[in-house]
Amino acid sequence: MVTAAALLKRNVSKTGIGAQLGAILAAVVLFAVFLVLQGKSPWGVLADMGIGAFGSSFAWQNTLVRAAPLLLTALCTLIPAQLGLVIIGNEGAWLLGGLATSVLGASLPPSWGIGGLLLSLAAAAVAGGFWIGLAGAGRQWRGVDPTISSLLLYYVAWGVFLFLVEGPLRDPQSLNEPSTFPLPKEFLMSSLPGTSVHAGLLVGIAACLLAWFVFFRTRLGFDARIVGENERLGATLGLRRSLLVVGACAVGGACAGLAGGIQIAAINHASNASLNAGVGFSGILVAFLARQRPLAVLLVALLVGGLQASGGFVQRDHNLPDATISVFQGLLFLSVLWAEAFRRDPSGGNK
Amino acid sequence: MIKKIVLLAAALTAGLGLIGCSHQSQQKASPGGKVLKIGFLYVGPKDDFGYNQSHAEGAAEIAQLPNVKIVEQENVPETVDVEKAMEGMIVQDGVSVIFATSFGYWDHVLKVALKYPNVKFFHCGGLYQADKDPPNVYSYFGYIEEGQYLNGIAAGYASKTGKLGFIAAKPIPQVLENINAFTLGARSVNPKATTTVVFTGGWSMPTQEANAANSLIDKGIDVITMHVDSPKVIVQTCEQRGVFVAGYHADQSSLAPKEYLTGAIWNWGAVYKTIVADIQAGKDPSHFIRGGMKDGFVKMAPFGPGVSATAKTKIESVLGKMMKGEFVIFKGPLKDNTGKVVIPAGTSEVQTDPVLEKMNYLVQGVIGSTGM
Amino acid sequence: MNLSTSNSAVGAIFIALLGGAIKTSTPYLFVSLGETLTEKAGRVNLGLEGTLMMGAVTGFGASLFSGNPFVGVLAAGGAGLLMGALHAWLCSFRRVSSIAVGIALMIFGTGLAFYLGKPLIQPQAPHLPAIDLGFWTTNPALKEALQINVLFIAGVVLAPLLAWFLASTRWGLILRLCGENVEAARAKGIQPERVRLLATAAGGFLAGIGGSFLSLYYPGTWTEGLSTGQGLLAVALVIFSRWNPLLCLVTSLLFGALGSLGAALQAAGLSQGFYLFGTVPALMALGLMILTSGKKRGVSGRPAELSVHT
Repeated sequence: MVTAAALLKRNVSKTGIGAQLGAILAAVVLFAVFLVLQGKSPWGVLADMGIGAFGSSFAWQNTLVRAAPLLLTALCTLIPAQLGLVIIGNEGAWLLGGLATSVLGASLPPSWGIGGLLLSLAAAAVAGGFWIGLAGAGRQWRGVDPTISSLLLYYVAWGVFLFLVEGPLRDPQSLNEPSTFPLPKEFLMSSLPGTSVHAGLLVGIAACLLAWFVFFRTRLGFDARIVGENERLGATLGLRRSLLVVGACAVGGACAGLAGGIQIAAINHASNASLNAGVGFSGILVAFLARQRPLAVLLVALLVGGLQASGGFVQRDHNLPDATISVFQGLLFLSVLWAEAFRRDPSGGNK
Repeated sequence: MIKKIVLLAAALTAGLGLIGCSHQSQQKASPGGKVLKIGFLYVGPKDDFGYNQSHAEGAAEIAQLPNVKIVEQENVPETVDVEKAMEGMIVQDGVSVIFATSFGYWDHVLKVALKYPNVKFFHCGGLYQADKDPPNVYSYFGYIEEGQYLNGIAAGYASKTGKLGFIAAKPIPQVLENINAFTLGARSVNPKATTTVVFTGGWSMPTQEANAANSLIDKGIDVITMHVDSPKVIVQTCEQRGVFVAGYHADQSSLAPKEYLTGAIWNWGAVYKTIVADIQAGKDPSHFIRGGMKDGFVKMAPFGPGVSATAKTKIESVLGKMMKGEFVIFKGPLKDNTGKVVIPAGTSEVQTDPVLEKMNYLVQGVIGSTGM
Repeated sequence: MNLSTSNSAVGAIFIALLGGAIKTSTPYLFVSLGETLTEKAGRVNLGLEGTLMMGAVTGFGASLFSGNPFVGVLAAGGAGLLMGALHAWLCSFRRVSSIAVGIALMIFGTGLAFYLGKPLIQPQAPHLPAIDLGFWTTNPALKEALQINVLFIAGVVLAPLLAWFLASTRWGLILRLCGENVEAARAKGIQPERVRLLATAAGGFLAGIGGSFLSLYYPGTWTEGLSTGQGLLAVALVIFSRWNPLLCLVTSLLFGALGSLGAALQAAGLSQGFYLFGTVPALMALGLMILTSGKKRGVSGRPAELSVHT
């Protein structure tokens, strides 16, 4: 926390901030105009977004529960991005991670207690890491575009997931919502005391801090970022570069997979079609809004989680379609990107 | 770099937070009171010409009742989202009754119900078990397979090739019951009729549904019915290709004036009215609310031009028996399509028999399999 | 093979694949042709999924209100053009990542389309007409497979036209130069950003039309499940079609056929594993990408200025 604050103080640049805040304001104004055109009160809707996200203890918990997995799934895009890759197959890693936890967790003896939980989560990380690692490997050794391949891998993962969950791995008791066997209660993750938010939130925060530390405070991270910022210089690292790229993809995938596993252990308890909830895709949004910076993810995940949490409330209170929140998220994303154009400092940025 | 994002996100968060906290006091849930506040959750859009629309129409009916106010949320996915939506309705909107209209909400309803014992949760389609499930949960459903049976009769008469088609989402018990009832109805008037099943894998997949309809029609099938959330695409495809179609969930006859035979339709308004009346009178409704044609839970759409006079007579006669509770669809001896006996001779599984809600076979005459 | 009398299962599946190829390839075709234009000029537009949906909803609404499906198609193209122009405008700023903009437009476009489409779920809009090229056969399946939509014909004509445009016209040359070597283009007095704006807008126009096909012909309705990722798959299509419009036509047909494989097999009685059939297009796309990419990083034919790392 102290380091972050010091970092903050050291790097203030007024023009940049002004443009960014201006972008936010622009997005809000555009959204307000959009609402007025629909005959809705913009003030009321925005107020409800605030209330729905942060206006009560219930809202806060709703927001935090949504933000927790976003912290991890965002890393699936953020970590490879440090090396210059754009990975958008987070949802595939999430699904396979959740499935791995379900399968292993339901097979281990419940007496293994917390050890069983940790093993099941490790399996989730391995599954997710393997999956995205494939995209990285494809890029390094076959020249296959990792952005597209990671997305295609999502479609494959979803099909395989459904096939397994509703077929060979199905719990015969789960008639109307075909699912895998539920995790024994010894393996479930509990909530943080006094709240309905699970410990996955802490895992996510720790992961983001760890990512920041590795990329900005270690030699390994430095090398990795070199590969990302300067292809030619990166090429001098030789094989190491390939390992770094595939490794970054694997670690990112492991984060998303772990998030899926935590979702199972903490909330869903078994895998079924409802696991595909767009959390992986929202992670992409968080990573980009945070401009691929791990510390920023902490706040952006909170923001996006809050936006999504307020969606239901806004819908009910104003008779607005649920797509309203997507429209705002899109506007926000576009505005933030546009504000990039006004940044003065010379560090990186793709075209 | 970091600071900009951090500050920007912080600003927005703070902004929303300030607004949120300053409005906090206005959002307390009002306990009890004379007005009954009811929340409805739909898995899809309210006007989908199908499942969700049938519920929304029912909701609209009870919204007219005195001392009743409804709150609706649509497109709530069958994930943890619905738990938050339900809690939101309770905490933020102050509802004391919730109708969770989609199948996949069941596990989530059970969880939320434990947290809010003073709220009544009605789930459509769930299998309530008194010894396991919380006392504030109720499940309701209709024996719409009676409607599919009648659809089958209409199909059996209308088909020239004897080949019928069924487009379904997933092979879960309620879907299998419908497929089987349809087939049994058709075979009661044409013992050689067959039903080819195509599973799309999801409740709302328009392109796959269109593909399925076309593939079936290409194989010589000339009557199709379905169990998907929105039959619109299938009905339109049938009309366009000149093939008969029997509808489901809601009345789609306006989409297919020539080819629509009839349809199995929900009548949720009647169900909701009864439940609301019970609650307002202080009575605890039944936990396992079921009903068929007899109880007005389901009904048939008006007949289209493709239904012959003979077919009408037959359908009305069977319907009459159902209205008196005298008609059993699933009775032995009944074999599934692998030849195994699933209902032994002499056994009748009446509509109310809960074993039907665990169905896992396809009867003889159905081409397709439940496994994957 | 005498198709009108043969009952062979293989024949039936072949016809089903043919029908699927013709029916469902059109969105892939239009989106991939549009993206080829955009990428040849040196920019990647990942937002075409959002553009596809905006095209579908705009086309449906315009057809509904005007009573004329062709008005719908034009309106859809217009919506796509605006989305493309927005993409180009945002990307014209120096530090803005085109990948990020694409993803943002995907979210925004899809959200906006769903929002605007709420009142359009119930009504029926006038459909695009089809030309019956199966008049010579009595086999109903074959007859149905040969129902060719006017947009499909437009796409088939457009593919070689685009190939000729890119290879042999002055404008095509300018466009390709912007995609290969921006500095050389500037040296010749060309404004690359202007060219890319036009190319991306044109690409969006075509993608929008592709979307109108979904809502005005097959499946011919507006609903939120309308797209099954065609916009994104089409971008992949461009890559392993080596940015060649004629190959785009071939691969679009292939993907259209693959998409209907599942239903065709089930109708023939093969219900096992139907979820896996759904993964076939994605697996095929992956397989093709692996096969057509060289070990040396880079795919032959890739415009040098494309910022997607490979």
